[in-house]
Amino acid sequence: MKKYKCTVCGYIYDPVAGDPDNGVAAGTAFEDIPDTWVCPECGVSKEDFEVVE
Amino acid sequence: MHKLKEDIFWTGYIDWDLRNFHGYETPTGSTYNAYLIVDEKPTLIDTAKYYGADEMITRIKEIIDPAKIQYIISNHTEMDHSGSIDKLLELCPNAEIVCSPKGEEELKRHFKKDWKFKVVNTGDELDIGKRKLKFLLMPMVHWPDSMATYSPQDKILFPNDAFGQHRASSERYVDEYGTDILMEDAAKYYANIVMPYGNQVLKVLEAIKDLAIDVIAPSHGLIWRKKEDIESIVAAYKKWASYEADDKVLIIYDTMWNSTRQMATRFQELIDKTGIAVKMIGLQEAHISDIVTDVLTAKIVLFGTPILNNRMLPTMAALLMYLKGLKTKNRFALTFGSYGWSKIGFKEFEDSIKDAGFELLTDGKYIQFVPDSDEIKSLEEYLPLIKEKVSTK
Repeated sequence: MKKYKCTVCGYIYDPVAGDPDNGVAAGTAFEDIPDTWVCPECGVSKEDFEVVE
Repeated sequence: MHKLKEDIFWTGYIDWDLRNFHGYETPTGSTYNAYLIVDEKPTLIDTAKYYGADEMITRIKEIIDPAKIQYIISNHTEMDHSGSIDKLLELCPNAEIVCSPKGEEELKRHFKKDWKFKVVNTGDELDIGKRKLKFLLMPMVHWPDSMATYSPQDKILFPNDAFGQHRASSERYVDEYGTDILMEDAAKYYANIVMPYGNQVLKVLEAIKDLAIDVIAPSHGLIWRKKEDIESIVAAYKKWASYEADDKVLIIYDTMWNSTRQMATRFQELIDKTGIAVKMIGLQEAHISDIVTDVLTAKIVLFGTPILNNRMLPTMAALLMYLKGLKTKNRFALTFGSYGWSKIGFKEFEDSIKDAGFELLTDGKYIQFVPDSDEIKSLEEYLPLIKEKVSTK
């Protein structure tokens, strides 16, 4: 599973950790996060994330 | 002429009359701090709100001909800092705008101009002669574009809005004005502007912890230069960014026919008698930007509202919406209020408090119309819960 980076604020989504504070369980792939999820740091939506190579 | 160090000058604008900064009440005005570094390539760090341009340029002219400015560093796009760039560029059309990658995008969105941009990232250096300025991107402290400029030769950190305060004054230094007052101003600034971004603030504090810093020169208010003052403000930022609270209870309420106020007053008396620090705030009297400053350091907040049209009062809804955006964390809450014929609105009230980052300690205390003496007495039942979480003074 790949990490994704918020292109607005630099937050890194790590699928191993998930985002449990906002309802995304540890182990959730970025692709499987609901589209209603937003960057926990700056509030932009999934489309503003890019894969970390 | 205000000299910070040899060849470094404050050339900002004092906004004595400012009373409202996009909804943040500023009873003591503010300043927009621009800093001029006279080196082989004269450099200006940040500018002022558009209506401060003339005053800023006059200050620069007292030191050098503005046409000599080679670089204008824009640490942050928001227009209280970038608002005079266009007017200044008329005098130094060849100057380059130094900013973060997001800063370039945002300045283009604001000014619709293709200036000469020099985009920098964390660790980049800008050689201006005797000095090599360094940059630190600090996304979301408090916009995506935000960055700090550091002069290693002068040991000055220019962190833009971080460590700022809204206060207009002739004094330029925190220690000249009174550290206690400025620490309160800085707390209000943090609560209203920076609170949602605790994690990012901690990253910035980590990044600057090994820098030699003699002076912190923010973009609003007064400048930190005494060692103990710098230690105090950095320690305070660490505490606030970690969402640590003091042993303090706040009672925030509004009222229609005095019932909720009676309950609030009784809570205040009861908590005060236990020796726990407590403060009562009426939503009709206090400004929302001051209330959140108290919330910044209160461990428990008691929220009280009557029900109007099956809803909480709009003053309470506005506060809770503001707190939701500020992303309060690690706080506890109790709720109380008065209703006429239906308690339905308290569900939305409680949900809004939870959405704002509070954990409800127990069920709310809601009383029909006017509390009687037994009901007022029953408020004592909440004291053990409060004492469990908050220590006495």
